[in-house]
Amino acid sequence: MSTRLLKAFSSNFAHPSFAIGFCVSLILVAFALLSLVWTPHATDIVNVANRFAAPSGNHWFGTDFFGRDILSMLMAGALTSLRVAVLAVAIGMVIGVPLGLLAAGHGGWLERLILRFNDFVFAFPAIITAIIITTLFGPSAINAMIAIGIFNIPVFARVARGGALSIWTLDYVDAARLSGLRVWQISVRHVLPNILSLLIVQATIQLSLGILAEAGLSYIGLGTQPPETSLGLMLKEAQSFFLAYPMQAIWPGVTIIAFVMGLNLMGDGLRDQMDPKLSKAGGMNVTG
Amino acid sequence: MKNSALHLAGLMAATLFSSTALADELRLGLVLEPPHLDPTAGAAAAIDEVVYANLFEGLTRIDQNGAVRASLATDWAISDDGTRYEFTLKEGVTFHDGTSFDAEDVKFSLDRARAEDSVNAQKGIFAPITKVEVLAPNKIAIEIANPQGNFLFNLGRGDAVIVAPESAETNQTNPVGTGPFTFVDWQQGSKVILEKNPDYVGDDVYLDRAIFTFISDPNAAQNAMLAGELDGFANFPAPETLEIFEADPRFNVVVGSTEGETILATNNKAEPFNDLRVRQAIAHVIDRQAIIDGAMFGYGTPIGTHFAPHHPYYVDLLDTYPRDIERAKALLAEAGYADGFKATLKLPPPTYARRGGQILAAQLREIGIDLELINVEWAQWLEDVFTNKDYDLTIVSHVEPFDIGIYANPDYYFQYDNKAFQDLIATLNVVTDDAEREKLAQDAQRLLSEDAVNGYLFQLAKTGVWDARLSGMWPNSPVEGNDLTQVKWAE
Repeated sequence: MSTRLLKAFSSNFAHPSFAIGFCVSLILVAFALLSLVWTPHATDIVNVANRFAAPSGNHWFGTDFFGRDILSMLMAGALTSLRVAVLAVAIGMVIGVPLGLLAAGHGGWLERLILRFNDFVFAFPAIITAIIITTLFGPSAINAMIAIGIFNIPVFARVARGGALSIWTLDYVDAARLSGLRVWQISVRHVLPNILSLLIVQATIQLSLGILAEAGLSYIGLGTQPPETSLGLMLKEAQSFFLAYPMQAIWPGVTIIAFVMGLNLMGDGLRDQMDPKLSKAGGMNVTG
Repeated sequence: MKNSALHLAGLMAATLFSSTALADELRLGLVLEPPHLDPTAGAAAAIDEVVYANLFEGLTRIDQNGAVRASLATDWAISDDGTRYEFTLKEGVTFHDGTSFDAEDVKFSLDRARAEDSVNAQKGIFAPITKVEVLAPNKIAIEIANPQGNFLFNLGRGDAVIVAPESAETNQTNPVGTGPFTFVDWQQGSKVILEKNPDYVGDDVYLDRAIFTFISDPNAAQNAMLAGELDGFANFPAPETLEIFEADPRFNVVVGSTEGETILATNNKAEPFNDLRVRQAIAHVIDRQAIIDGAMFGYGTPIGTHFAPHHPYYVDLLDTYPRDIERAKALLAEAGYADGFKATLKLPPPTYARRGGQILAAQLREIGIDLELINVEWAQWLEDVFTNKDYDLTIVSHVEPFDIGIYANPDYYFQYDNKAFQDLIATLNVVTDDAEREKLAQDAQRLLSEDAVNGYLFQLAKTGVWDARLSGMWPNSPVEGNDLTQVKWAE
């Protein structure tokens, strides 16, 4: 971890949005991960007699239309949403960052080609990509993940290229070049470590967008399918009961908002600390 | 001239104020859009839901209680041996395109339906016909090979409607029948519009205009109803929302019966479902009431065999395989699956399947059967499951009336091949004595239940929701269709 990032983490509980965002995200991620080993109740049993139970000591948030414990469903759902978002960020980084580094290091026709490719992919919002993938392979959490991941590629490619370009102008890179290192060696040894903080900030923000995108795709039926669960799917299933049982939709809705807000605040806070200029310019987290 | 000017003004008003209902207009929601509009050339119930009794008529018709009534035939006589029917036809009737209706049209329609190359979905109805003879322009005789107990009922089905030779080929897109409504427009993906037929011979209908709007998404259906964009749904797709409509004085909620036996259809030729003990084990595990409550919010009647509970021949076979987990586990172990097994469950879009599938999967997990749920669209279901028999289990509702005979066809997608059952149905088809028919039908029901051919879940309820000022809507659906001929608005 770069020193700037360490500094941002250590000194920044004074930054209120970072502190709030970090705490909220940490709690939610912990809850999601906890569902891997333990939930208050099993999420794959159906107990119709106990459906729409009001919150109680046994079911803190009540039960849903199948009599499943809403808290357990939220935990399992948050895990699905988180998993989709994390893997989508991973897809974006693994493909996008090398592309960005290559563009900055190589320059010339290759850079122009990568930039045009970026513009092309960027023109398709995640939902359009998801519709294409769903038409071809059917709806599932994995396909939602791929769609969001594809959307993330140009985002990371741009951040990596932007950061790398400024590093390439520095003296120690010239020194490395004179000592005979190749472009890819310089990119990996000298450029990447110095843009890591930028990438991590961007990853935090893309994570929040990924959770939102997964919820959106599952809500319109293109993402996670029953009997699996995700926050977006819970929202979709709650919709037809909304007039009679509004809390069914409010719980997953609030969880999605908290997750997205938490990650966004955390990302903004990190960015403010590390690069005040970037926060004024608005940054690259615009989804369109 | 004055009249048509007024008519035009009325149409303009209808266009301008299309968001609010006109006094004599009905906007009815349907879940599925028909693939085309010719009821003599397709199996989809969605076709009949638009055209039956409204656009097309048969010699007889089925009323809302399932009884046979006169339609294009006003009267009939049956020979003593039950093999010859003589029908007297209604006179002065014209098709919507102005061509006249007479016995020749009846002969054309029936000969077309029973022809070798016929694309009729229910060719079985016409198979016993040996001869159709025109006696006079208003008299026709039909001869059948053996006496048929339900021949007049079958002639009243949507598949047996009378079409004209001039328009038969184009009925798929421009349906021309003799009914009290005429076809105006089909906006594909959205709606079908019908208007009152001014030249109809018979009792006038009350509505001037009927619009069938296709909405498959339950949430969109609910919103359209609450916003007043629709006047009703003959069968509302989201049973969980009925309590909201019940609490709203603007709506009437009418729960009736359908001919839809909802079953866990099983591929009787696929491993391990070809083993009777495996099917029995599944039957022992199924908790029907939990599925009805969980998926349909209590709307539905449990069934123990493939037969409608409101039919007089029905036998209660719910306890053939009572819920007994230990017995089920023992049966599985006997069949060599002590640790259970994995299988797939393909689920078409309706709520009963998608939600019912989740509940059923949870139930079967109790004896170690691990089901992978695969959601499929209707087209894919028809292709993979119904046509290619590429499935283990699926959940579907069979909505045709008195359709126990499908089990006698070993090539049907259940792939149930039992000579004893086939003989029972063959006898049932030729017997006309009611007591004897009842006994045969009951033997057939018992055999299916004991063989646990499929998992028998529940009879689909018809959950109608419509404007409280409407009357004349059918509470039950003894036959596929939405008969609007008696529907009217309160003054």
